[in-house]
Amino acid sequence: MSTVKSKSFLKNFGLIIIFLVLVAILAIISGGAFVKPGNLISVLKQTAVNGILAMGMTFVIISNGIDLSVGSTVGLTGVIACMLAHPAAGSTTGAGQFPLLVPILAALAVGALIGALNGVGIAYGAIPPFIVTLGSMTIVRGLALIISGGSPVFGVTGSFEAIASLKPFSIPILAVYLVIVAAICAFVLQKTVFGRHVYAIGGNEVAASVSGINVKKVRVLVYMIAGLLAGFCGLLVASRTITGAPTAGQSYEMDAIAATVIGGVSMSGGSGKWHGVVIGALMIAVIANGLDIMRVDSNWQPVIKGLIIIFAVLMDIRSKGKKA
Amino acid sequence: MSEFILKMNHIVKSFPGVKVLDDVTLRVRAGEVHALMGENGAGKSTLMKILMGIYSADAGEVVMNGQPLRARNPREAMDRGVAMIHQELNPILDMQVFENIYVGRERKQGILVDKKRMIRETRELLENLNIDISPTAYMRDLSVAQCQLIEIVKAISVNAKVVVMDEPTSAITEHEVETLFTQIRRLKSEGVAIIYISHKMDEIFQICDTITVLRDGKFIGTDAASNMNNDQLIRMMVGRDITEVFPKTEAEIGGIALEVKNLSYGRQVKNVSFTLRHGEVLGIAGLVGAGRSELVETIFGMRQKSGGEVLIGGKPVNVTHPRHAIAHRIALITEDRKFTGLNLVGSVAENITLVNLKKLFPSGLIDRKKENEIANRYIGELSIKTPGTAQLVGNLSGGNQQKVVIAKWLLTDPDIIILDEPTRGIDVGAKRDIYLLIGEMVKQGKAVIVISSEIPEVMGLSDRIIVLAEGRLTGEIERADFTQERIMTYAAQFGERKE
Repeated sequence: MSTVKSKSFLKNFGLIIIFLVLVAILAIISGGAFVKPGNLISVLKQTAVNGILAMGMTFVIISNGIDLSVGSTVGLTGVIACMLAHPAAGSTTGAGQFPLLVPILAALAVGALIGALNGVGIAYGAIPPFIVTLGSMTIVRGLALIISGGSPVFGVTGSFEAIASLKPFSIPILAVYLVIVAAICAFVLQKTVFGRHVYAIGGNEVAASVSGINVKKVRVLVYMIAGLLAGFCGLLVASRTITGAPTAGQSYEMDAIAATVIGGVSMSGGSGKWHGVVIGALMIAVIANGLDIMRVDSNWQPVIKGLIIIFAVLMDIRSKGKKA
Repeated sequence: MSEFILKMNHIVKSFPGVKVLDDVTLRVRAGEVHALMGENGAGKSTLMKILMGIYSADAGEVVMNGQPLRARNPREAMDRGVAMIHQELNPILDMQVFENIYVGRERKQGILVDKKRMIRETRELLENLNIDISPTAYMRDLSVAQCQLIEIVKAISVNAKVVVMDEPTSAITEHEVETLFTQIRRLKSEGVAIIYISHKMDEIFQICDTITVLRDGKFIGTDAASNMNNDQLIRMMVGRDITEVFPKTEAEIGGIALEVKNLSYGRQVKNVSFTLRHGEVLGIAGLVGAGRSELVETIFGMRQKSGGEVLIGGKPVNVTHPRHAIAHRIALITEDRKFTGLNLVGSVAENITLVNLKKLFPSGLIDRKKENEIANRYIGELSIKTPGTAQLVGNLSGGNQQKVVIAKWLLTDPDIIILDEPTRGIDVGAKRDIYLLIGEMVKQGKAVIVISSEIPEVMGLSDRIIVLAEGRLTGEIERADFTQERIMTYAAQFGERKE
């Protein structure tokens, strides 16, 4: 009887308004420095890694799960990629000791494997996702430290470095990756049967199973997607910093979760849209960048960031008229 | 007659786009059982939510004991002596009985919770009411009926003067209904007013003194129950005559569709054997806890059988997951639509196509236009009341939610359709639609199993009834021999006896 009209337009509109207000405030406070094209491009670059991780997190959270291990996966896959991207001994042409494809595929494969193991533990072991991924977060971080001997891996080929630093048509390639990944994820979530199954198991796992969906299989795939994208991010971070730091990616999972939640994905699963998450990731980058150019004390930055996240979600909930 | 203890005068309430209550007045006297009647969507729940402070009215007033009541939440309503026992109980399963009764108003000694006192007081309450449940039992271990009794105890323990009961008998057995009625009569004799919401006519006339009818958010009338009869009441509720309560469609009974041999599931289903033919409606009767749902859920692969076999079309099949059952063209409309039937945060279209996505879109890509066409077809055929295919199922009324579940399974074009309590908690109009649908199914040669706790319903619909008691099959009756007494006799056959 409560004929709630489809308010999806208004819902997204609310989030966009909050985002634009934030940008406007930063533009005014920074005296215009924030909205200069050069700076906006660097915001896009800063959004890329977190945005890609957040797309994976979107699958996980829509399926009513959580993945705390993606930050550690960034660290481990970065180390592995760099170890496989050393220049060949005595090479003068800058060729690698292995073809460029090797470090790339290794990072992606290791990421996907970690995700698959998370998924198996969650789906078949029936262990809560928070616990499984908390455990793997620690294990994977430890593995990164073990194989790197505890210190950063340096010395990569120029072509490896180019992965994250190319600038086709003077657009930073990181931003291009983000757009491509977001487009693929959007397509999978919105247009495919698999995407629909992810929403269905997040909305009501039992009903999904009764409807014939192989819930365990879908769960494993969901965590594999998150792991694969984390592996991709590990590659990007390693290439950008030309270092395989075993400590890289620490607390990245938290920013990814924050972007997802700001984007309106429900922590109880079953609902949320990709475009909200993109805005969520942009918002986090905007906050960080804005605070930087305003020269806010770096100790205060996390406090302000945290407050803005809570405030943004609060405004979003209000604008949707959800009951508390 | 005593004074009105509760008056809800000229209540108006709108949601975006719809006026759900339009000048509704409800006046309840102390010590009476007042039935609030109307089809799903008539505005009963909204009215009660306003009373409990879950919604606020746009206009009108609530007067409790001569004082205006504007509760902002159920807590405030409770403090003023209004308690509600919801249709869908939400007990905190990991809590014990006494904790559940005192949740939010724990007895304390200093800053510590006085557990002993709460247990003692709970025991006294339970003993006074002759309810045989331990105060320290866990809610998780109680049956639905027992949870409901605990809710009543809770209402008594806060000294409620008005108790709202929303479909209190929708999930309990006939025997348990008697226990409930005893408690209602006791409350009544103590001057407590009961607002009783139910779709079951016989109950209304059995227990209620006064009846108020709503239709489409409007007040239709209030009268003493003794001045009304069944037909008048239905006419007031639906605004038209409904004849033939159980329209039975005669269909040609064909070959064997399903054969179950010595099927067991742990201690809940023991060596059950039966056959089901095309064009036949087989009723499964029994008390709650007799293993009826467990039996069909085992056939459907939701539970793993511990023995026996299932044959479909004469061939033994191994069903260990619902998807195997679906592949054998079985459909199960489960007992609890919210828990196992629907994705409440999904849209009507998404729910209707869920089982069939792979068949409808073999490429793996969803064509929304086609999906919406399919959804609209079923919305039309089953007269599902929804503003559109994008509406979230959680926003539909119970009857319409049930139709969405049925649409979802009809779309799979099943040969064997199992309906577990298909009309629980839904209104007369929607019930009739579902009865007619069942008739339509058997006409098409499909084999149908219906589980119902309402004996007249299962008798009205079935060609044959099997009765379970404590997981065993205790009797099988052909339509010509149906009597309520026979079914009850079989249903109450406990112990090792067998026909």
